[in-house]
Amino acid sequence: MDSSPVMAPAGTFAGQPTVLSLSRRVAAKLRGAPLISLGILALLVFTAVFADFLAPHNPEVGNLRLRYRPPAWETRGSAEFILGTDHMGRDVLSRIIYGSRISLIVAVAAVLVAGIIGTTLGLLSGYIGRWVDQVIMRVTDTWLALPPVLFAILLAAVLQSSTWKIPSKWNIVIILGVVFWTRYARVIRGEVLSLKERDYVRLAIVAGCSRLKIMWTHILPNVANSAVVLATLQIGVVIVAEATLSFLGVGVAPPEPAWGLMASEGKAGLMTGYWWLSVLPCLCIMLVVLAASSLGDWFRVWSDPQLRQL
Amino acid sequence: MQRYILTRIFYSFISLILLSITIFGLVRISGDPVILMADPGAKEEDLQALRVEFGLDKPIYVQYGVWISKLVRGDFGKSLYYRVPALELYMSRLPASILLMAVAMTIATLVGIPIGIFAAVRVNTWLDSFGNVFANLGLALPSFFIGLTLMLVLSVDLNLLPSSGSGTIKHIIMPAIALGWVLMASNMRLARSAMLEVLGSEYVKLARIKGLSERLVILKHAFKNALIPVLTFASIQVVLLMNGTVVVESIFAWPGIGRLLVEGINFRDFPIVQTTVLLTGLTIVGVNLLVDILYAYIDPRIHYGQ
Repeated sequence: MDSSPVMAPAGTFAGQPTVLSLSRRVAAKLRGAPLISLGILALLVFTAVFADFLAPHNPEVGNLRLRYRPPAWETRGSAEFILGTDHMGRDVLSRIIYGSRISLIVAVAAVLVAGIIGTTLGLLSGYIGRWVDQVIMRVTDTWLALPPVLFAILLAAVLQSSTWKIPSKWNIVIILGVVFWTRYARVIRGEVLSLKERDYVRLAIVAGCSRLKIMWTHILPNVANSAVVLATLQIGVVIVAEATLSFLGVGVAPPEPAWGLMASEGKAGLMTGYWWLSVLPCLCIMLVVLAASSLGDWFRVWSDPQLRQL
Repeated sequence: MQRYILTRIFYSFISLILLSITIFGLVRISGDPVILMADPGAKEEDLQALRVEFGLDKPIYVQYGVWISKLVRGDFGKSLYYRVPALELYMSRLPASILLMAVAMTIATLVGIPIGIFAAVRVNTWLDSFGNVFANLGLALPSFFIGLTLMLVLSVDLNLLPSSGSGTIKHIIMPAIALGWVLMASNMRLARSAMLEVLGSEYVKLARIKGLSERLVILKHAFKNALIPVLTFASIQVVLLMNGTVVVESIFAWPGIGRLLVEGINFRDFPIVQTTVLLTGLTIVGVNLLVDILYAYIDPRIHYGQ
């Protein structure tokens, strides 16, 4: 199950693989990949990295005299604000561009936090077993029973009134990390349970390796694959969760241009005809989430031909 | 059977204890709990008085015991904003949420399961792929997106339904669809895969060999057995409903517990947040227990050991 897919084929032993053969091999590996989804995510990363150069206006400062300008293709629209302006006269396009940066940073960081917590606890639970396993698994079950949004709001309330002062963006990373680690813990634990009966682990025990060393050097590399697959599958879930929390006012705080926050701020304008304020960020969320989930599905099948249900 | 039920009850009890420890622990690690209870900007001597009143000078397990015994007696603290007991507030909002969830679940079942069955019967046709796209969209889209889209189309453009509030049947349609959307998608997927599995089984083959009409095979032999996985999914559905209800209720200004929770966090009303999450957790643990027991009655293949 650990047949690393990037391993060089036997034919290339004579020398370094050429760029051509390498790119051909990459192309072969990517066959069947959802290219549109890849394109959408590449665009997301591109706008997130180069937001400073791409955005035509400041995303957080607007001109109140230019409020509620519709997108350029409507009659009152102007080319200066291609996607219109919001209730504070801020350029929607610039906000969407900077919003991609927030979505990306929060999603990647939250998935990392969740993955690190979940993998660590899964390793401990599976390898040490006994009461450690009992405690961790019962906690996992209990946390899985709580609806994520409610749990996240509780955590937000706790952080809100705590004495620590953390910027809202990192606040939400912590919250999402704490809410979403349970799935990793379950899956990793299951794999560790079977891995620890393998001969090489037994030999390592006989050789006198410490538990920590066995977990770190012998077991962790073998569960890393599952952890990465789970992480890609969770990216979309986490983006939706961030957008939902920002929409409810417990995520990213204004004036930062998070997409969920924009959708929520634009909701008031929906009834008075300013549809672009909430529809456009919603469309961005939809595209990114669909792209992330289809890419995650593809990646799961690609990295795991036996189709274990992760 | 009896032993099975008793073990289930025991596990639920452990879940509840862990849930309470989690919430208690989270509140305590975040800082001085007195600051959570008092109004923001309370004076230092008031805080000190509160500390003595709540016994916060005592060891942590004593504090937990006191906290728990209060909860058991129904004392969840007082809402800081509404100035009434939090439990009373929760109970007054609960019926609206239950109504909304029931309607959403009905829509999701009546639409999702038939589509899933059809998709399985006509597997790999345009109907199936259409259903697939629909399910993917339903599972991937945030519920506020669906809520806002419905609002834009049905109340802004077509002016058919009121955009928010409650009271008439018209008010419940949009929030129920928005809430039921994700359930519809998951029901569809589940019914499709369960039906596909059942359609490939020996007894369906036998029924076909016997010469029964395709209609009878599907309705009488396959459909009933395909329902079992859908039923077991009920407890996850409750989690999904509770999750979605927070967003949907706050979009459509529906006066249920989801909106209460959002109000709680916006007014920095911690007792409300804590009460809502605790009681929701309690509800879910209860539903899980009920489903486990019901499932044992429905599916005789389940074994009652462990």
